[in-house]
Amino acid sequence: MKAAPLRPAPYRVRRIKRELHGVTTLELVPAQGAVPAFEPGQFNMLYAFGVGEAAISISGDPAQADCLTHTVREMGAISTALAQAHPGTMLGVRGPFGTAWPTRAAEGLDVVLIAGGLGLAPLRPAILRLLAARPLYGRLILLYGARSPNELLYRHELEHWRQRLDVDIHVTVDYADAGWHGNVGVVPRLIPRLGLDAQNTLAMVCGPEVMMRFCGAALHDAGVAMDRIHLSMERNMKCALGLCGHCQFGADFICKTGAVMRYDQVAQRLRLREI
Amino acid sequence: MGEEYRLTLAGLQALLDALGARGYHILGPRLRDEAIIYDEVTKLADLPAGWTDRQEAGQYRMERRADNALFGYALGPQAWRRFLQPPRHTLWRARRADPAADDFDILPADTAPPKFAFLGVRACELHAISIQDRILRDNAYADASYTARRAEAFFIAVNCGMAGGTCFCASMGTGPTAQTGYDLALTELLDATRHEFLIRAGSARGAALLAILPHTPANEADRAQEAAILADTAQHMGRTLETNGLKERLQANLEDPHWDEIATRCLSCGNCTMVCPTCFCTTLEDHTNLAGTEAVREQRWDSCFTLDFSYIHGDSVRAGIAARYRHWLTHKLANWVDQFGEMGCVGCGRCLTWCPAAIDITAEAAAIGRATHDQEDQHGNA
Ligand SMILES: Cc1cc2nc3c(=O)[nH]c(=O)nc-3n(C[C@H](O)[C@H](O)[C@H](O)COP(=O)(O)OP(=O)(O)OC[C@H]3O[C@@H](n4cnc5c(N)ncnc54)[C@H](O)[C@@H]3O)c2cc1C
Ligand code: SF4
Ligand code: SF4
Repeated sequence: MKAAPLRPAPYRVRRIKRELHGVTTLELVPAQGAVPAFEPGQFNMLYAFGVGEAAISISGDPAQADCLTHTVREMGAISTALAQAHPGTMLGVRGPFGTAWPTRAAEGLDVVLIAGGLGLAPLRPAILRLLAARPLYGRLILLYGARSPNELLYRHELEHWRQRLDVDIHVTVDYADAGWHGNVGVVPRLIPRLGLDAQNTLAMVCGPEVMMRFCGAALHDAGVAMDRIHLSMERNMKCALGLCGHCQFGADFICKTGAVMRYDQVAQRLRLREI
Repeated sequence: MGEEYRLTLAGLQALLDALGARGYHILGPRLRDEAIIYDEVTKLADLPAGWTDRQEAGQYRMERRADNALFGYALGPQAWRRFLQPPRHTLWRARRADPAADDFDILPADTAPPKFAFLGVRACELHAISIQDRILRDNAYADASYTARRAEAFFIAVNCGMAGGTCFCASMGTGPTAQTGYDLALTELLDATRHEFLIRAGSARGAALLAILPHTPANEADRAQEAAILADTAQHMGRTLETNGLKERLQANLEDPHWDEIATRCLSCGNCTMVCPTCFCTTLEDHTNLAGTEAVREQRWDSCFTLDFSYIHGDSVRAGIAARYRHWLTHKLANWVDQFGEMGCVGCGRCLTWCPAAIDITAEAAAIGRATHDQEDQHGNA
């Protein structure tokens, strides 16, 4: 065991991008030393002076080694302080923590990536890695659902990916507006229509817990093996070191055996309320 | 176990003096506010001579004993946890030149660990500390403050001469006799003819200290008297808990209506988590000074009975009391086994005694899944 890293390392905000109303992407560079290596799906604890720390997934390209990229939604005091940072602001960083999306285990397989709302942020590093090594994978499918068209994250990048002919992108919204020509309805409903080669498919799902529960069930119904379906779980998180007890989900500490977990290991718990 | 010796009352005072001379801050049982608490002890007169405790679910009362036993009680409300993992503790401070400054520095808090000697540690409490070791010291990440305090501490166990009304260490295999984890262990031998202790060393530093105390070898009669006391204690546990198949039964019955029934009684006050010697959950809090130039990060004990504990996305995952009690009990007696290889309960009985609603973990654990259990029994008998 190693001594628990409780003190954040100082980082400086290099660039910010307002993605949506209340959602900001931050690029952070270390005040000293190098950016630690991370795997897609991992998260950091970001600290705003005097306000506190929040678990925020890394949303940047794992191949880009000179900064940490995080996309933050303003939910309360801490996330708002983080999202309101400006270029030059110092923030604290502890991490990276947690398990990774199985990008290596997915090699040779078709991959379905399913995101709901801000869930696209933790999946983005996996998507970028898959696209960078496109020949290693079979069919790539991205399903993305948001509440409404103006809540679609990384819109520009989605358009860019759509222009590639080697990835299927399906976007759906719960509530359409007049300008919307795409799908309307919840993400899990799209799954049966994908014509998956289920024997050779691996899935990565990130979004609200109910959405992941329905996606897991729909993928399983479509014939995808439960142990090839991966979900990113969320629970209240304080220390990210397995010491504070907050992120327990049944017998799992999300910070240790998550956030990315296998559906066969969590399906039973997802069916229960208030676990 | 090391060899046994006899130690007189004067010898016990010599032990306190020797620890004091070695710079230990000695903590032991004292009578305060009608309870046994752990606080500074330097003289035998500080100990609760002649006092005992009467415990039942939701009840704790100090009573006079017929003799002058120094350790003639079962357990008070406080566990040693508060000295190894303090209820509130500063982790670090941050400073910036003015509230508008972008930059800040993070400075470590003072971390020189206090040097404690714990006098009167019960077998169940030693076991609880070994459970916390697995979580806070031997885990993927070690809590540096706990690890340092733990390494410094000197443990003087006292084997139990009586079981409390809510004790069930015999069921949990954690007592009443201290087996490991102590530097010195005492058994109080008290009758009409003498008031002495049987003492044995459990570590090299314990043996070194024992060597300089006035002591004489124990004889067969001393050992027989000790064995009789400990056998009697083990036979008079106030509670029992059947642990066979318990983990599986709890994990298979997460939707038992009995959880809802418990919720009609449980006040969600969190007392059980505050007195439990294995509970380890903490939260982190940040504060700033009025000028906005200094920030501090503190670690504080937390309880899974609060709504904040499971708060995400504007709501609590475990909004209902049934879910919170279920989380607590299934953690102690089931999920802990998956996480750390043993149950997170040592049978000290504190959570029963200090529950204002007299909720009894042994009774509730026995009741969960009983309906399905009985059905299976009937099938089995048919
Ligand atoms: C593994 C993981 C990855 C995450 N990734 C992202 C991300 O990429 N972008 C993003 O915007 N948010 C992410 N979150 C959620 C983010 O941590 C919370 O929104 C944030 O902690 C809210 O803090 P607050 O003080 O602003 O809000 P409040 O709602 O006031 O929260 C108060 C406290 O509750 C706890 N809390 C509240 N919501 C959550 C939550 N969803 N998860 C964990 N703890 C919570 C925190 O301890 C917080 O300090 C992630 C959470 C986890 C567990
Ligand atoms: S079980 Fe008892 S002590 Fe624990 S929270 Fe409920 S009422 Fe309080
Ligand atoms: S759960 Fe209750 S009986 Fe078990 S160790 Fe904790 S306080 Fe003692």
